[in-house]
Amino acid sequence: MNRFAPALALALTSALPLAAHAVEYNQIHADRSAIDFSYQQMGVTMDGKFRKFATQLNFDPAKPAAARAAFDVDLASIDTGSGEADQEAAGKLWFNTKAFPVARFASSSVKALGGNRFEVAGKLTIKGRTQDVVAPVTFTTQGNQGAFDGAFSFKRADFAIGEGPWAAFDTVANEIRIKFHVIAATGK
Amino acid sequence: MTTHYTATAKGLHWLMAILLFGLLALGFYMSDLPLSPQKLKLYSWHKWAGVTAFLLVALRLLWRAAQRPPALPDSMSKILQRASQAGHLALYLLMIAIPVSGWLMSSAKGFQTVWFGVLPIPDLIGRNRELGDLLALVHQALALLLAALVAGHVAAALKHHFFDQIDILTRMSPLHRPEN
Ligand code: HEM
Repeated sequence: MNRFAPALALALTSALPLAAHAVEYNQIHADRSAIDFSYQQMGVTMDGKFRKFATQLNFDPAKPAAARAAFDVDLASIDTGSGEADQEAAGKLWFNTKAFPVARFASSSVKALGGNRFEVAGKLTIKGRTQDVVAPVTFTTQGNQGAFDGAFSFKRADFAIGEGPWAAFDTVANEIRIKFHVIAATGK
Repeated sequence: MTTHYTATAKGLHWLMAILLFGLLALGFYMSDLPLSPQKLKLYSWHKWAGVTAFLLVALRLLWRAAQRPPALPDSMSKILQRASQAGHLALYLLMIAIPVSGWLMSSAKGFQTVWFGVLPIPDLIGRNRELGDLLALVHQALALLLAALVAGHVAAALKHHFFDQIDILTRMSPLHRPEN
């Protein structure tokens, strides 16, 4: 019996690093991650970004179904390119950030689409209204860092973003496109 | 020797007079409005009309290079002739500089100009908030200068016509045909 002990010990020690290798990307690099948006205004594509948002991520490429992702976006940190528009966007008719400071996306399921592509479905909540959204995401690695790139669209009317005189779509279109880029490192 | 501008030159002159007057009025009016869909529409229309004015002035300068304007009458003193030419040069420079500053401003503000919603005009410079605000000031200052020069231009033309009795206004009048 004792003869097997060293072999067993060897097997265990070599298995340990393997277990630790069940890589999970969960350390967000906020300064290198971005959430951008674009929309049509008078037929011209406009874009902007949110300067502040928090990301939570647990992603193991080997177990995509167990993955989870969530964004909390500080809506007042919007950057439309002009101060006047930033203020307007934060105001009552648009995001009403006083009452609804944060937009939230929380994943409910993640599906592998093959290769480095995944599909994330979840709930988007803005201004007290919640809708289902689905975003295709590509995942690329560099060293111990992973980059997650995805995009999805929603209709601003579904969230009452742009009320009153803005509710018509002839100046600002209904469709809003969101693009996200998240850099995360594997946790310890 | 011709004493009148060509019909093309006259047409361009009066078309641009109407357009520039509208652009100045619309520009000053719209920029003071609070942000609204209406304001965004007016901005787009202003930009479309401004690009049109730029194209027309380019056409006009090409035409002017090919068809020199009639010489100023001898009854005008040399100094007055120089002043008149300098005034016209300044008007042309502003008719170029103002749309160019508007175009650059739009690029810097991240709002590309799409002519009549159809033809995208390339952004010459990247997005830059400070530069955009600065160019807006430049655009405004040049527009004010143009408004002042146009007032002087109109006053001079009327003065020559009514007080000096020099045949200047009729040279550009669409109602007067050259005699020959
Ligand atoms: C000869 C042509 C033009 C004239 C006479 C003109 C005149 C004016 C005037 C008087 C203003 C108001 C300035 C103020 O009080 O702030 C203005 C504003 C403006 N113009 Fe023009 N413009 C011309 C061409 C253009 C072009 C070609 C563009 C863009 C492609 C443009 C874009 C703008 C914009 C965006 C503003 C608003 C500035 C702001 O936000 O303060 N303009 N223009």
